[in-house]
Amino acid sequence: MSGKTLYDKLWDAHLVRQDDNGTALIYIDRHLIHEVTSPQAFEGLRLAGRTPWRTDSILAVPDHNVPTTNRASGISDPVSRVQVETLDQNCAELGITEFLMNDPRQGIVHVIGPEQGATLPGMTVVCGDSHTSTHGAFGALAFGIGTSDVEHVLATQCLILNKAKNLEIRVDGQLAAGVAAKDVVLAIIGKIGTAGGTGCSIEFSGSTLRDMTMEGRMTVCNMAIEAGARAGMVAADDTTVNYLSGRPYAPQGELWDRAIETWQDLHSDADAGFDRRVTLDAAQIQPQVTWGTSPEMVAAIDGVVPDPDDEPDAVKREGMRNALAYMDLTPGMAITDIQPDHVFIGSCTNARIEDLRAAAAAIRGRKLARGIKQALVVPGSGLVKRQAEAEGLDKLFTDAGFEWREPGCSMCLAMNADRLAPGDRCASTSNRNFEGRQGQGGRTHLVSPAMAAAAAVTGHFSDVRLEQD
Amino acid sequence: MEKFDKHHGVVVPLDRHNVDTDAIIPKQFLKSIKRSGFGPNLFDEWRYHDQGEPGMDHSARQKNMDFVLNHPRYEEGTILLGRHNFGCGSSREHAVWALMDHGFRVVIAPSFADIFFNNCYKNGLLPIVLDEDVIDRLFAEVNDHHGYRLRLDLPAQEIHLPDGEVINFDIDPFRKDCYIRGLDDIGLTLEHAGDIRNFEEKRRQTAPWLFYKLD
Repeated sequence: MSGKTLYDKLWDAHLVRQDDNGTALIYIDRHLIHEVTSPQAFEGLRLAGRTPWRTDSILAVPDHNVPTTNRASGISDPVSRVQVETLDQNCAELGITEFLMNDPRQGIVHVIGPEQGATLPGMTVVCGDSHTSTHGAFGALAFGIGTSDVEHVLATQCLILNKAKNLEIRVDGQLAAGVAAKDVVLAIIGKIGTAGGTGCSIEFSGSTLRDMTMEGRMTVCNMAIEAGARAGMVAADDTTVNYLSGRPYAPQGELWDRAIETWQDLHSDADAGFDRRVTLDAAQIQPQVTWGTSPEMVAAIDGVVPDPDDEPDAVKREGMRNALAYMDLTPGMAITDIQPDHVFIGSCTNARIEDLRAAAAAIRGRKLARGIKQALVVPGSGLVKRQAEAEGLDKLFTDAGFEWREPGCSMCLAMNADRLAPGDRCASTSNRNFEGRQGQGGRTHLVSPAMAAAAAVTGHFSDVRLEQD
Repeated sequence: MEKFDKHHGVVVPLDRHNVDTDAIIPKQFLKSIKRSGFGPNLFDEWRYHDQGEPGMDHSARQKNMDFVLNHPRYEEGTILLGRHNFGCGSSREHAVWALMDHGFRVVIAPSFADIFFNNCYKNGLLPIVLDEDVIDRLFAEVNDHHGYRLRLDLPAQEIHLPDGEVINFDIDPFRKDCYIRGLDDIGLTLEHAGDIRNFEEKRRQTAPWLFYKLD
């Protein structure tokens, strides 16, 4: 009999009961909540006369709607304000811990969970947000849920699930200087497609992942959903333990020692049976830039915009034509000739301290290129912001002409005031390049933080590898 | 959840791969704290020429008549025919609420994104997966025949075509039962509250650090 995968182990450890009909009841350790996908769940709970099963499992924070400027004066958009106030009221009423908008610990839910040690190895973590896969970087089973399931977890501390298949994506070897975790995950999506992981839990493995920092692993797991998989994960190891040591919600003293002991087993067994395996060679991965309206529409920095006529599948060909028309690009154009006029450095994918350091380093004393109308840096949390300021990164950004903002989701999905106008073209460190994602008619190119900063100061996509010392 | 047994309705063809939930319901409409009222903004950016905002009078907006939902022949559509990876992207359940608020009861596609698929089940929108060649055939039929309708029989797991052909489809037996009986997941789960408590107690012993009060 073959051994267990990490996903198998996490599944088994949270199995409350297995039903004859194939569904399972899975226990949830950590429930993260934000303002957009929770109001209807709280209302449903109330209408049914139910109360939360375990409020101590919940951490709430407003992030999608919050303004990134002038926060002291509150939220000017009345509809956004009501949504954030509704979260505040629900949490206050039910005794749920919430980091309010002006709390220094406030930030993007997927940044603050790990930052506070509220995400721990071996946990099940859910949130009404598809990028919950981020937390899988800690050897946890973490995935996004809809609002009905938010209500279900509030009421029962469990979810009714069917077990997913096991997909291993193994990346081995050393990345070239200037090639980042973001490039790795974009290259993976380019290889397997946006539906490549549908129905699967992905375990990212191999020496490249082992050598990555927690920030890098979070970036990779964050975009598992862009590969179609609800959950992405990486085995827990010393890097994981070192990152969590001393975090506010991480266990302390004797409990810490006990916890570390149990985390030793959070890896796939050597003889584990995966349903599918995909491998990539890190040495072959180049800086990536998306050219279309789906994350799988991606090319290497030295590549060109592809020609739909070369695509044999008729529906895909039409999709490419639609994408190129929307993006206003022509087949055969060099990626390095694409000239963004906006730059967004932020989001749950790339707004951690390491991302800001990489972006700041890529500026190299230069100013925003002439064609750049706006360049935003939106830290992932108040604590990331504080750390960056302590290191003087804010100064490097503002000296170059970037705007240094307050933490939140911001222009990743443009629910607040930060958005593109029709026709704007953005080099963005976020996760989705869908039509209208960053503002109606806006055009998004997904890149790493260093690539975004390099585009900001050169005025076109540039190969950051050529700028390495 | 409302019971779902049989359904007979007009099919609307949406011939695109990777229809994402940002396209189904754009972000500005997610600021609502209600479950209803999303229908007029379903596919807002494809459906209208101007930029939609919450609270607008949608009847006064300029419609994109090239978009399928605006074709008079699909006005009464209740069955959406889609392509691969339907509902990819964000977990927003608002996408399902918007489709249902517009009047859709069924979505047929060769594949669905996982979270969207699950969200359908929580609201009574029936997602049906069919082989690509069958989907191709249905697209051709819908395009060739005005008012093309399908008859769904969930208990029998059958789709009846107008020409008398019958196509079978698969559905998870648990979900099928929930649809037919209109069952609420939470109520079902709470029948096992004792099992949950027992599990929780054991977990509290083996991993007490998972039970700290966050503050």
